[in-house]
Amino acid sequence: MERPNLSYIESMSGGDKTFERKLIDIIKEEFPIEKEVYFTNIKSKNNKLTAEIVHKLKHKISILGLEKSYEIAIAFENNLIEGQYELQEDFEAVLQLITDYLKQL
Amino acid sequence: MNCIIIDDEATARVIIGQMCTSIKNLIVLDEFPNAIQAIKYLNQNEVDLIFLDIHMPEFTGFDFIQTLKNPPKIILTTSDPKFAIEAFEYDCIVDYLVKPITQERFQKAITKAESFTNKSTNVNSTSEKVETSSGNDLYVNIDRRLIKIDIPSIYLIEAKGDYILIKTEDKNYTVHSTLKKIENKLPDNLFLKVHRSFVINTKKIIDIEDNSVLIKKDVIPVSRSNRPELMRRLNLL
Repeated sequence: MERPNLSYIESMSGGDKTFERKLIDIIKEEFPIEKEVYFTNIKSKNNKLTAEIVHKLKHKISILGLEKSYEIAIAFENNLIEGQYELQEDFEAVLQLITDYLKQL
Repeated sequence: MNCIIIDDEATARVIIGQMCTSIKNLIVLDEFPNAIQAIKYLNQNEVDLIFLDIHMPEFTGFDFIQTLKNPPKIILTTSDPKFAIEAFEYDCIVDYLVKPITQERFQKAITKAESFTNKSTNVNSTSEKVETSSGNDLYVNIDRRLIKIDIPSIYLIEAKGDYILIKTEDKNYTVHSTLKKIENKLPDNLFLKVHRSFVINTKKIIDIEDNSVLIKKDVIPVSRSNRPELMRRLNLL
């Protein structure tokens, strides 16, 4: 499986380490909240709200350089809109991958 | 150019804010996690440009645009490319940025926004002429009713905080707006701003004395900087 990285954050920070830290801290703060919202919504089988939070999580997946995972998220969001749960396991594996990565930062 | 950022995701707001710092003369006035807070802000403040997320809970970016009477330039920021066609149905939308936004693409959007300013100015001056030549009416929103005012009957408009007082031959109207907004709706050949708080209908002047004009029973101050233009408009003997 691909590994998260900070390439995007570094490319847009222009070497500003303070900004990089600020952005990482915000991601570390927002991501667990969004992840929790995701699990609440998927558990209650609310496809519309689950698709919305997957949509939101997509941005963080892309910021962390996870290109293939981003494609999984797009496909999973579309599946949810159509009332299907295909790719749920793959998407949740991506969430776990990010969770583990953020712990190291 | 000044701007605001509207996005329910703090990460996105921080990224856009950071990109703005690299653009000379682009000032971020404020940022909002939802459209409702932004609407409140825009009722009190004017901005040149809005970075607007489409996907937001309760009130989407498109819902937000539809609430704006005179929308400023808008750059949409979204993770979803599928709304691009719908986006360009709005005249105010300058560009459509798909997240994650790169600095290069951001710069390109700003360049578009800057050139869009000129186009927008031209459009405004054209529509002003059309209004002057084809219509004598102005509609104002009072208590959710659109009330028609005959423009030539207006003799004075006074700024009163967040409101303007429009005085006509028959009636006075207090409207939540600014002098600048109403000035843009009035024909230049009739109306003139003589003071930072007053716009007058020059055809209704009774007399001018020193640094004031008498219109009906109102004595209106004329600021030193506006006096030459006022004198130029008069048919002096």
